[in-house]
Amino acid sequence: MLTDEYDPLRGRMLQILDKDGNVDNILEPDIPDGLLIRAYKTMVLARTADEKAVKLQRQGKLGAYPPSKGQEASQLGPALAMADKDWLVWAFRELAALLWRGVPIWRAYLYWMGNEEGSNYPENVRVTPSAVPVSSQIPHAVGLSYASKLRKEASATVVYFGDGGTSEGDFNEGLNFAGVFKTPTVFVCQNNQYAISLPRSRQTAARTIAQKALAFGFPGIQVDGNDILAMYAAGKEALERARRGDGPTLIESYTYRLGDHTTSDDATRYRLDQEVKEWTERDPIKRFKIYLEKKGLWTDGAEKETLAWAQATVEEEVKKAQSFPSPAIDEVFEHTYAEMPPELREQIEALRQWPNPHREG
Amino acid sequence: MAESPQRGMTMTIMNMVQAINLALMEEMERDASVVLLGEDVGIDGGVFRVTEGLQSKFGPERVIDTPLAESAIVGVAIGMAMNGLRPVAEIQFMGFSYLTLNQIICHASRMRNRTRGRLTVPMVVRMPYGAGVKALEHHSESTEALYAQIPGLKVVVPATPSEAKGLLISSIRDPDPIIFLEPTRNYRLIKEEVKEGEYTIPIGKARIVQEGSDITVIGWGAMMPLIQDAVKKARSDKISIEVIDLRTLSPMDSAAIVGSVKKTGRAVIVHEAPKTAGLGAEIVARINEKALLSLEAPVERVTAPDITVPLPMGESFYYPSVDKILAGIRRVTAF
Repeated sequence: MLTDEYDPLRGRMLQILDKDGNVDNILEPDIPDGLLIRAYKTMVLARTADEKAVKLQRQGKLGAYPPSKGQEASQLGPALAMADKDWLVWAFRELAALLWRGVPIWRAYLYWMGNEEGSNYPENVRVTPSAVPVSSQIPHAVGLSYASKLRKEASATVVYFGDGGTSEGDFNEGLNFAGVFKTPTVFVCQNNQYAISLPRSRQTAARTIAQKALAFGFPGIQVDGNDILAMYAAGKEALERARRGDGPTLIESYTYRLGDHTTSDDATRYRLDQEVKEWTERDPIKRFKIYLEKKGLWTDGAEKETLAWAQATVEEEVKKAQSFPSPAIDEVFEHTYAEMPPELREQIEALRQWPNPHREG
Repeated sequence: MAESPQRGMTMTIMNMVQAINLALMEEMERDASVVLLGEDVGIDGGVFRVTEGLQSKFGPERVIDTPLAESAIVGVAIGMAMNGLRPVAEIQFMGFSYLTLNQIICHASRMRNRTRGRLTVPMVVRMPYGAGVKALEHHSESTEALYAQIPGLKVVVPATPSEAKGLLISSIRDPDPIIFLEPTRNYRLIKEEVKEGEYTIPIGKARIVQEGSDITVIGWGAMMPLIQDAVKKARSDKISIEVIDLRTLSPMDSAAIVGSVKKTGRAVIVHEAPKTAGLGAEIVARINEKALLSLEAPVERVTAPDITVPLPMGESFYYPSVDKILAGIRRVTAF
């Protein structure tokens, strides 16, 4: 078990692919070539889509947006190990995981543009909508996985949250609950070192976040979050543990957000350029590319083609999102309850006489 | 589950605790997706014994004794509801439900809207509420207005045992999240005949407890026995009183209120929550909007004052009494 080898109290962090793309041959997971290539392309696509979202925000075409840049491996690694029936529960900075699980990019954009339709994912996509109140999604993941277990579905739930989220009550209540009931839940803490401006050291005096799992009675592991192979291996082991009925796992993904907290934030107020530079050298996409090249799975030509494909795809998705109509009055009202109560029917009728500014001009 | 032929015919005298227990048992028998979770709901049967015997009947996986963590109880129930279960969560007292507000407001009530109907939260959160039972601090809250203001949420308050059973069955089957407030004071106060077997009472519809033509008295939950006693005392006044048990606070049955006030021209609203921004204010506003010209007198609110619920020795200053309600009825009638 990786969680035994990398007991967080012993201070070891799981790394399989170092920042220069050298692989640990003993720990290297057996991933089919096709999956590796798809994973890489998804990381490139997610990076492209993410950078585009920031640009759109700067142009006033998208609302405040939380950039994912630098956290692609952290997000994608565990998702790669998921099965179709598994649930993904995210916070708000997990674009790469969403794309892998089948959320269309244009829906993700639409959400940040300000339309609830952006959270109306395809029917077979088991992904919850974003959860902006920090860590409030963690108990949902425990409930989803409890239900899977009770209904004897062989499905698990992977939930993401940040380092700041570990200070919240819902983190502690949720993990405690999961430990007691041995729910098939995989907790992924994306420790990106800052909760807006607050550094990880001010969030908790615990030496690692991973070790918090031990107090809840289940394994935890600290993983190099910029290492796609390590994040995959840790996620796979945790999912297997969950499906075996052996309960939850906490994965602390040690990573870094290269961008601001959101487009409304200015990270230069609380971070040094030198630190950002060091982390830029540990870029998860760069090292994954070297790994693929060394395996003979990637060429400059493929890279060029992929970048062009990602750009073209993202442009198409932007168009789809931008051409999606703003909501009609009925849509704004009709999903409050399964059946509209009389008072709401009166309110919608009263509102109909007023023009919808989004639909005019 | 197949019903025995006797089902639905047998009537048993029971109190509200027993009626709620019966509703939970029958729904759990009928539908394997119904689960209960909360503090002490299992072996202890709940601190009021509402869930007594259910864990031994349905097992600890469906009647779940949870860690002491209210936000997780509701948060976990939300996850369960999104994944095919029909959870009935118990919060031990309304005074502890504030820890769950983030889950209720930010998630349960709006999941349907924010996913445009893709994910829904068919969940019931039960909690005992109200003063008048000489309880400990924080055990006498009646903050239903907090919940009634949240779009997407329904707030249901039964007043009697048979009402509690029918309303709870409807709540469990409802596609939307429901706050189910159980009047602690009425738990064992009233016994009445309760039908065995399934029956439902529509959510969003008030109950006309008695018809009258001179004045409308509107209340819910723990206030109903007090209102009925006040009405009895008013017999010598020879006034014809219509009594409405609102029983769903949100969405509120405006039609029942307005229809009655148009007929009587007078109204008294009774609640044990503080006066300011209490639901009485909302009811007055609805009467003003739709029945102002029928009014013969200002609508009166008989409520708690705007103070923190006193500890039991000071409770009489707080709680609406039969005499306070009667005085209100007389003032409005004599106006």
